[in-house]
Amino acid sequence: MELLIRNGFVFDPINGVNGEKMDIAVKDGKIVDKVNESRAKTIDATGMVVMPGGVDIHSHIAGGKVNAGRLLRPEDHFKDVERKTAVTRSGVGYSIPSTFTTGYRYARMGWTTVMDPAMPPLEAKHTHEELSDTPIIDKASYPLLGDWWFVLEYLRDGKIEECARHVAWMIKATKGYAIKVVNPGGLEAWGYGRNVESLDDPVPCFGITPREIIRGLCKVNKLLHLPHTIHLHTNNLGKPGNYLTALETMRCVEDLAENGKPVIHITHCQFCAFKGDDWRTFQSGAEEIANYVNAHSHVTLDMGQVIFTDTTTMTADGPFQYTLYTLTGNKWTNHDVETETSAGIVPFHYKRKSYVHATQWSIGLELALLIKDPWKIMMTTDHPNGGPFTAYPRIIAWLMSRKAREATLRKINPKARSRSLLPSISRELDFYEIAIVTRAGQAKALGLKNKGHLGVGADADIAIYNFNPETMDPAKNYRAVRRAFKRAAYTIKGGQVVVKDGEVLKHMDGATMWLDVQLCEPCEIELNENLKRRFKEYWTVEFENYPVSEDYLAVSHPIPVKADV
Amino acid sequence: MPVVKAVSCPVCGSLCDDIELTIENGEVVKVKNGCAMCEAKFLSHRSEHRIRKPLIRKDGEFVETTLEEAIRRTAEILAEANYPVLYGWSNTSCEAISVGIELAEEVGGVIDNTAVVCHGPSLLSVQDMGIPSCTLGQIRHRADLIIYWGCDPWSAHPRHIERYTAFAEGRFEKSAWRGYMAKIRSLIGLKKIRSAAKRLVLKEPSEIEARLKPTFVPSIAREGRKLIVVDVRRTKTAEMADFFIQVEPGKDYELLQALRALVRDQELEVDHVAGVPVEYLEEVVDAMVSCDFGALFFGLGLTMGGAKLRNIDAALSLIRDLNMRTKFVIMPMRGHFNVTGANMVFTWQTGYPYAVDFSLGYPRYNPGETSVVDVLLRGESDAALVVASDPVSSFPRKAAEHLARNPLIYVGPHMDVTAQVADVVIPSAFVGIEAPGTAYRMDHVPIPLKKVVDPPEGVLPDEEILRRILSEVRKIKREKTKAEAA
Repeated sequence: MELLIRNGFVFDPINGVNGEKMDIAVKDGKIVDKVNESRAKTIDATGMVVMPGGVDIHSHIAGGKVNAGRLLRPEDHFKDVERKTAVTRSGVGYSIPSTFTTGYRYARMGWTTVMDPAMPPLEAKHTHEELSDTPIIDKASYPLLGDWWFVLEYLRDGKIEECARHVAWMIKATKGYAIKVVNPGGLEAWGYGRNVESLDDPVPCFGITPREIIRGLCKVNKLLHLPHTIHLHTNNLGKPGNYLTALETMRCVEDLAENGKPVIHITHCQFCAFKGDDWRTFQSGAEEIANYVNAHSHVTLDMGQVIFTDTTTMTADGPFQYTLYTLTGNKWTNHDVETETSAGIVPFHYKRKSYVHATQWSIGLELALLIKDPWKIMMTTDHPNGGPFTAYPRIIAWLMSRKAREATLRKINPKARSRSLLPSISRELDFYEIAIVTRAGQAKALGLKNKGHLGVGADADIAIYNFNPETMDPAKNYRAVRRAFKRAAYTIKGGQVVVKDGEVLKHMDGATMWLDVQLCEPCEIELNENLKRRFKEYWTVEFENYPVSEDYLAVSHPIPVKADV
Repeated sequence: MPVVKAVSCPVCGSLCDDIELTIENGEVVKVKNGCAMCEAKFLSHRSEHRIRKPLIRKDGEFVETTLEEAIRRTAEILAEANYPVLYGWSNTSCEAISVGIELAEEVGGVIDNTAVVCHGPSLLSVQDMGIPSCTLGQIRHRADLIIYWGCDPWSAHPRHIERYTAFAEGRFEKSAWRGYMAKIRSLIGLKKIRSAAKRLVLKEPSEIEARLKPTFVPSIAREGRKLIVVDVRRTKTAEMADFFIQVEPGKDYELLQALRALVRDQELEVDHVAGVPVEYLEEVVDAMVSCDFGALFFGLGLTMGGAKLRNIDAALSLIRDLNMRTKFVIMPMRGHFNVTGANMVFTWQTGYPYAVDFSLGYPRYNPGETSVVDVLLRGESDAALVVASDPVSSFPRKAAEHLARNPLIYVGPHMDVTAQVADVVIPSAFVGIEAPGTAYRMDHVPIPLKKVVDPPEGVLPDEEILRRILSEVRKIKREKTKAEAA
């Protein structure tokens, strides 16, 4: 099938295309140089913005925790339903949409690739079953490995290569994409209801510190040549004063960087950019974080922007979620996973009039605007922790328009307003920078070669937005920006038009990407023997029943990686 | 003879996955590692109660028919119905459940699983409060206090204690099996000495009794793993417990609230609560707050007894209170092997764990209104599809009567009561023996089910049958719209 997108303003930062009027040709699901114009289906994108399909580096859309959140909150679904149509399945929203609805809603906004960032390895099949039921978009998931007993033990004993081999096995067994680390050491401590307080606080019963885990896994990541860096949710997340922990964390892997390449991704950074001693003296630490990031090249971040709405917080950080429960007295679900990780869920309402919540809102935007290089900071809400992903158009408007920020500032808590750095920031992102923070930067950080750009050979995942940057100024017409991004004029996935004017035209499966990490052969056999021997001691399932077979993936897309061990 | 290892057992919610089967001539002849229920299921999958041919009721009598005809008739019934119910699902694979939901959406019916007559109230309570829980391995490795409340795992989940709780060997907690064996041995020894003494010395028993103090300490204060059982009767599990609390029937709520008060250091101004002396309860609460990791399992004795979901509210509140003092988790003992999976698939596709109504074109959930028992009691449904379940034998009589009045389709392996009153019967393969799939353990861990033998000739798995029904329904609907257009 051939497709020609004519005359749009193309924003393709990876290839340096900045708003030039040009045609994009598509053949057999890929971007090509040109197509036969008489045969190809033509889309007239005159006066519209053309970008690669959106990429989301961190969004909890599938798996045990997400589903426990869905189950926990029928009231979240009652007010937001999706009817069955001739082509689409029915479903519900709002902050934790059902799987079909998740796929459609991302596609409607022009997003085509989404990474689920927290997969408990033991329940990986569940994550993949849900991902396979999430239509249209391509996706992948990061197994939680920072508190896995094997990792703790091997790193404690200084056996980096042994650790790397086990991590490689785990990524393959769970069909995962990157190493996810959440509150390293803290989740193991949470097994007995405790936590770790700093990077050098030893993990109970294991004699290892969070610093050693982070550094160890960074080295493992390099040995395995994984396309993404380690994906880290810092210690002390959500506590006042934690910007110091975040800075310390970034500093602790400074020496592991080579050639100015990133070695660590600090995720939903807003939640670890808190200054102050307690909630009363709470303040933004965004400036300090931004200064550090501006001076260093070994780190990438994503925002974790807060939206003023009723949402559902869910992380693998069991102790943090418990704290949140004690703060709010709200419903609380906890789910610890043997030898691996934990999880917690608490519904949460971010209120404009709350000093802390309004400051959090400000921190996310401050980070995005104060970090000069857009390739280092990506737009997320840590869906659904800061708010549902459906709020992306609003964040884009805030980033592009000072006027939009001021309109919201006027409505927030006055103390938060007076302390916010936002009024002093005049920076307004243009479409080129928006394309970086919403797709190109994310694809680059993830090492996705065929995503996030429109060069020849890339996957034909394209979003077209009905906004004319020649005749309209996004800074002034921020409402029009919001409208355009809310309902893409066209979303093209793998060369097929799946959305037109915000309506889903087609229910199709997206692929699940995973890393086929290849070790040298003899060590693979040895590894399997070792694992088999110890399996029964660690888990309550059999070795044979643990790995996720490819049958669980609706469309399996393995990415081969040659490891150094 | 081929031996298949690491087979998951499709019986109860424990989903033991270490079963070894010996296969001979396409039949299971030997079961290793399994409990009695497991063995019975694997060895009897070819019993004479099996349905082997599709049946259709004609003039009140079942007649054998072809699969195509049975599926066509099923699709006609469902496509013509205004408000069909689709019920069962807990004894089949997640893959089949997924197709079932699509079918329910297509025909605009109500889909419900067996949780509605089982742990439904527990789910309602979880929706109100949340649930602090974990996977079973976490309990195996860490729990030093285990409570079974209103359930009898020794009989209903026979390997639960051995694999996951008191008798399992964990990293930080050792198995209490030896202590239990010592206790049993000393009890037996005591009995022997007593009878010998009686015969030899011919003294009054009371005189001997004084010198026969038990050598073991069955006290709640001892070190190591402890097992507490709360039940209305002395069950087999209670026999093994370090401490047994016999609660008066229907008084669980009172007892839970009393425990909550004690955990919060409040004084109780009564001597007994729910028939239990308060000193006993104080000892139990001491054990609860002083443990490093506690786990409470509850069964239908709590969920379906008296206050129903309010019981679970109280139990969840107790666990929340206990988490202020130590680490404590709670978990329902799920019955059917994949009732958890049914709840899971329902939730990720529709947002709700059971009782989902598609009649408005989107998922609607209001247990009491959209739950199948209530739909049947109000006599609203006009067709029914039952998959892998036997509601006629377990539903309230009025509900079962209405179900039998509906054009009723039964998909399952056995000629059970529901099959006997059905209008169309489609035999299906045993998931986990004759068909592969996925099921979820009671702690939400997905476990693959294996196909170890072929189903009887012509018998398909639930998933395939449902797929055929779905495509037939769509065909009929297309024909209908075409005819209307013409």
